[in-house]
Amino acid sequence: MNAFIDNLLNTTNNFFLIGLPYIALVVCVVGTIWRYRSTKFKVSSLSSQFLEGKTLFWGSVPFHWGILILFCGHLIGVIFPRGVLLWNSHPLRLIIIETSAFIFAIAVLIGLINLLYRRITNPRVRVVTNAMDISILAILLIQVVTGLWIAYFFRWGSSWFASVVTPYLWSILTLQPDISAVSAFPWVIKLHIIGAYVMLIIIPFSRLIHFLVPPLDYIWRPHQLVFWNWSRRKIRDDNSTWSLKRPKNN
Amino acid sequence: MDVRAQISMVFHLDKCIGCHTCSIACKNIWTDRKGAEYQWWNNVETKPGTGYPTKWEDQDIYKGGWEKNDKSINLRGAGKKKSLLNIFHNPHLPVIDDYYEPFTYRYLDLIESPAMDDQPTARPVSLITGKPIDIKMGPNWDDDLSGTPDYARKDPNLRDLPPAVQEAMFQLERMAFFYLPRICNHCLNPACVASCPSGAIYKRGEDGIVLINQQVCRAWRMCVTACPYKKSYYNWHTGKSEKCILCYPRLEAGYAPACMHSCVGRIRYLGVLLYDADQIETAASEDTSKLVESQLNMLLDPNDPEVIKAAKASGISDSTIKSAQDSPTYRFVKEWGLALPLHPEFRTLPMLFYVPPLLPVMASLGVQDKEQGDKLDPIAKFWNDDWLYDTSTDNLWGTIEEARFPLKYMANLFTAGDEEKIKDVLKKLMAVRIHRRGVTVGDIPAEKVQKALSEAGLNAEMADSIYKLTSLAKFDDRFVIPPAHREQAIEMLEFTGDTKGSTGFGFRQKPERGL
Repeated sequence: MNAFIDNLLNTTNNFFLIGLPYIALVVCVVGTIWRYRSTKFKVSSLSSQFLEGKTLFWGSVPFHWGILILFCGHLIGVIFPRGVLLWNSHPLRLIIIETSAFIFAIAVLIGLINLLYRRITNPRVRVVTNAMDISILAILLIQVVTGLWIAYFFRWGSSWFASVVTPYLWSILTLQPDISAVSAFPWVIKLHIIGAYVMLIIIPFSRLIHFLVPPLDYIWRPHQLVFWNWSRRKIRDDNSTWSLKRPKNN
Repeated sequence: MDVRAQISMVFHLDKCIGCHTCSIACKNIWTDRKGAEYQWWNNVETKPGTGYPTKWEDQDIYKGGWEKNDKSINLRGAGKKKSLLNIFHNPHLPVIDDYYEPFTYRYLDLIESPAMDDQPTARPVSLITGKPIDIKMGPNWDDDLSGTPDYARKDPNLRDLPPAVQEAMFQLERMAFFYLPRICNHCLNPACVASCPSGAIYKRGEDGIVLINQQVCRAWRMCVTACPYKKSYYNWHTGKSEKCILCYPRLEAGYAPACMHSCVGRIRYLGVLLYDADQIETAASEDTSKLVESQLNMLLDPNDPEVIKAAKASGISDSTIKSAQDSPTYRFVKEWGLALPLHPEFRTLPMLFYVPPLLPVMASLGVQDKEQGDKLDPIAKFWNDDWLYDTSTDNLWGTIEEARFPLKYMANLFTAGDEEKIKDVLKKLMAVRIHRRGVTVGDIPAEKVQKALSEAGLNAEMADSIYKLTSLAKFDDRFVIPPAHREQAIEMLEFTGDTKGSTGFGFRQKPERGL
């Protein structure tokens, strides 16, 4: 009987901690390329501020800034684990990073609750709400609640993330999955990890795709854009051959 | 000199009767769709009035357009830093209530209602939620309501008029108003293009039409804020912004834009203007008092050999240059100096021009002239008081100097507050009338006509051509655009060299040997 349970646990761990991440990565990459190439018109942040703006402020702003900073925090933990550990070597610095992360997570939580409340109660916003919008908010809510739970009950996350989760994530990325450490995690942490994979999977099929098209090139773009169907100047020049560059607006 | 061509429209406001046919033609073709019901790419406003969306001209509320800084200009409510920092919530975005909640009526209830004691009614329902609503506003809610406290008196252009002047404007029997048809201005320095974080909005090089690429728009909604004319609209259903496209599919096929083609009063003129693109930034950064002048200075004379040479060097086709020479807009805007841009102080260098209306200005003669009174129709004489307007005057510019409609108001609309410029244009319009009256009725002495013309800076020949293009112009005189070169249409979309040697119908790959 024990052997059976062990077996089941092993299989479950293998599926969720090895199989799922690979499925998620493939679906995310292939799906995004497909979505962007085939239905580019549908790539949009689908803002609903035009229909309702006041509650949105208290939802969208704390949520977006909070999640952006938390995402970057996780990313730094993955890319610079030694740096994070070095930073955390001083207790005061550890407390600063943990507290600020906690505060941003609270901001995300407040934002999400406001967004969910707005989606459900405002009749105009409900018109532009589909099941996917609600699902995304629900998954994000699960993520932030489990995240807060982990931060509070399993101290000090930034350190053990860098020393335990980062090697695991790298083992996935380098195609040598090693789940010996993470499989011993409490179920809350596993749920948080699985939630992240699920979100990767739904990126191409939901409005989350707007997270991949941030308008950063606006920073260095010139203010005015003038597109020519074809450069007449070049074509009129007898000394050069026809331009092979395709028109930009096509 | 970087010469570019712009397809530009002139509106002769004296001829606009406010029938909204243009708006309906546009709506039927382009915006009769879910999410676009509230979008009026073309609308007609009553001035004085609050317009659409409500008080759109008040940039303290909407933060549209550019403002001058020390060196150059920057966007008032958007721009690189502001747009990216406010991307999660745009504090200056107008919401649906600033326009109106689109509605329809349950017409079927009139037919399908069972027999009752009362008449069935068709209740209004929201086109967003589908639920019954109380209609609070519509696209032309202040139509013809000049003088009303809720609309006309809240017109942002009244801002720097003394209260006494405003009161005089709204006296019951002196009240005057006119109509202002508006479409996208297809500006030379478009704030919408500059504000778009995705780079989805662009100006077409060939004809200057400003378009939003629907595939690239990501709903960051900054263009709605940035456009001071509020002519970029957010489609709440598709999650993309849309705007007037100057009916480019029609233009390319040689048809006039729907608004122009349907215009009952024939107030619209469409033609090519050549301009010097090198001057855009300096012209847009001028002092407010010089803005109109600097914008008109950018427009080039298409008959000047130097300009033609530079235009050819810039790749402007000969047919476009020919159209520019025949352009009715060039004559109104530059040659005669009759048409002015709408709100030049927004610094977007708008490329639609308006001939300011003379009719609401003329009037308020103290006592009616006996000789004139005798000529009036008996029915008109029935109201024998002193407010009927009179087109002949003893002192030449009396009706303009003592206008019943404050020129300052007109100046706030068309010249960034400069009354002298408005006066110049109105004098010209008046001089043409005096001249034509001299020709047709013959009751004005020749010296007086001559004096009127020379003081207005015209001569008889010019006055006749103004009269002809204003009153007698046929469609082909009002609509002069270059061909889109349909024979080269494929080259506008594709480089034909790429497909040279491919097999033809339905098969667009090079017939290359397989592996």
